[in-house]
Amino acid sequence: MPAADPAVKNSKANASSRLPELDPKQKVELFRQMIRVRHFEEKAKQAFQQGKIKGFCHLYNGQEAVAVGTISVLNEDDAVITAYRDHAHALTRGTDSKACMAELFGKITGCSRGKGGSMHFFDVKRHFYGGHGIVGGQIPLGTGLAYAQKYLGTNRVTLAYMGDGAINQGAVHEAMNLAALWKLPVIYIIENNEWSMGTSQARSSAGDPLTKRAGAFDMAAIQADGMDIDDVRAKTFEAVSLARTESQPTLMEIRTYRYFGHSMSDPGNYRSKEEIEQRKANDPIERYKAKLITQKVATEESLNAIDEEALAEAQAAYDFAESSPEPEIETMYEDIFTPEDQIPEFRPDIRG
Amino acid sequence: MSTLTYREALNEALSEEMERDDRVMLMGEEVAEYDGAYKVSKGLLKKFGPKRIIDTPISETGFTGLAIGAAMYGLRPVVEYMTWSFSLVCFDQIINNAAQVRYMSGGQLSVPIVFRGSSGGGLQVGATHSHTPENWYANVPGLTVITPAFPDDAKGLLKSAIRSNNPVCFIENEKLYGYKDEVPEGEYLTEIGKARVRREGSDLTIVSNSGSTHRALNAARTLEAEGISVEVIDLRTIKPLDFATIAESVTKTNRVLIVEENKPFAGWGAQVAYQIQRELFDDLDAPVHRLTSIDVPQPYNGRMEQAVLPNEERVVVAIKEVLA
Repeated sequence: MPAADPAVKNSKANASSRLPELDPKQKVELFRQMIRVRHFEEKAKQAFQQGKIKGFCHLYNGQEAVAVGTISVLNEDDAVITAYRDHAHALTRGTDSKACMAELFGKITGCSRGKGGSMHFFDVKRHFYGGHGIVGGQIPLGTGLAYAQKYLGTNRVTLAYMGDGAINQGAVHEAMNLAALWKLPVIYIIENNEWSMGTSQARSSAGDPLTKRAGAFDMAAIQADGMDIDDVRAKTFEAVSLARTESQPTLMEIRTYRYFGHSMSDPGNYRSKEEIEQRKANDPIERYKAKLITQKVATEESLNAIDEEALAEAQAAYDFAESSPEPEIETMYEDIFTPEDQIPEFRPDIRG
Repeated sequence: MSTLTYREALNEALSEEMERDDRVMLMGEEVAEYDGAYKVSKGLLKKFGPKRIIDTPISETGFTGLAIGAAMYGLRPVVEYMTWSFSLVCFDQIINNAAQVRYMSGGQLSVPIVFRGSSGGGLQVGATHSHTPENWYANVPGLTVITPAFPDDAKGLLKSAIRSNNPVCFIENEKLYGYKDEVPEGEYLTEIGKARVRREGSDLTIVSNSGSTHRALNAARTLEAEGISVEVIDLRTIKPLDFATIAESVTKTNRVLIVEENKPFAGWGAQVAYQIQRELFDDLDAPVHRLTSIDVPQPYNGRMEQAVLPNEERVVVAIKEVLA
């Protein structure tokens, strides 16, 4: 069982701001976001098994409430950065599922022009800063996004995600120290699915819960139940409010679970079928669906219709990716250097 | 013309560029209140304040990644490494993030960042503090690598590097911080990717950089008395390499010696030697020669360290070997 919730320290946020109550349309939209992530991932799994997606592919099934719940609390111009299990974050931020699937297929119509692949989705226009492959490497970057947000006086915040395995990287400790020392508006979110590839939390991390790490830096810490989207929203809102009103960071630990292996290359022999089935019984999408029906926010029929639409959307994304062209080989010379505008171009052979 | 030390020239570059553009800031260990470990940032905290000149804790991965993230968001940070040897601690951030996020995002991001600091041996500071990393970084697609040898170039190139929209590794030389020479007055930039002939000659071309350019020039002056005429090219920028200047010189002299402080295996000179023999084969009267540091970790002992470096005596011997 997760340890008891530590209270948010020094927050004026609770008194002065409250997570706004959602109207029925907005609640249904949360369901829609989660189910479209679910179906996209399932389609990606099929495509990978058909050999249309190569390399690494890390799926998010089971964790949908984390990305959807956390991001739903942000303003459009807040920043998001995550590791390589990033399809859900891009989709939830608003990247077209066609562009996402095309990226997985390596096509020129992909959100990174086929240059990134599954681990490197980016959508800077929508304030999604990737998609990063080195465990924990994105955490100093996210800290820098928040640093710039503060420097420029934007009143925006940054959500910087990592897995439970990343918390032991030196990069994460260094970044947390900087965020607490310099009072940066960053929310660190541990998507704790209990397994860092094949190694359990118990075999990876000294000190439980992981939120204890925040105490070393006098940083606020919050835990949330990642299978309950309302809890994710409420807790994230506290952290976001603290960041926005006091420019203080928070370390969040959101307990969740992934149904599939670490990636498509991982058969997941370290977990029992019983464990997975037990966790599936607590599925965040099913739970929320049942809640909406019970609360008479939506009918089962209407939610099923949304489910069908999401399935169709995933198929359309697959078809788009399949029919999109490969990049021309010569595009490999592009996107390395930004064109210069204050000094002469110094790499005319390589274009931007 | 004014006469400045190499460190004063860098200081002027930082000051001018920070005055010009609010988005430029300097962060690193001891850069603010200490006035810089090597005094390159002397007076800048007083002039610009703590928002622009930032003392960091000792956490190269943390503050390097932070600066890269800030650059991705639109700031133009200058990150100081107390010595480039310390950049080994944050190799991942520089190579995988600074150099590559633009590519991985299909061109959506820019990283207008300058990493700078001192480098090089000859100060008896031992094996972990004496690296010359330009070859390691030159091997990474997406990075620009600059190693100035003179104050005027140091100032002009740092200004250009700060104005560049791309990540730059600006590698200074610790032994040169006190070196005094003429620097143009007023506003000027030095072009990145252009070498400079620092001494004209006809018998042999030396291609060199940083501290080794001075070793080459000293050897050339010594040999003038023996009637040997050596042309010395200071590369200034390692990557992108200015091969045209090298070619112009080698077609004239027909002999070339590379002098570099890098350790030999895959030092920058190996790349230059390959290109010279590949493209100028018919212009060569002798095989390309190359003088590097000795392939050992940098020792503390003074005489031993001097023997490791491509010191003047070894340059003179190597010149005579090429001319033999």
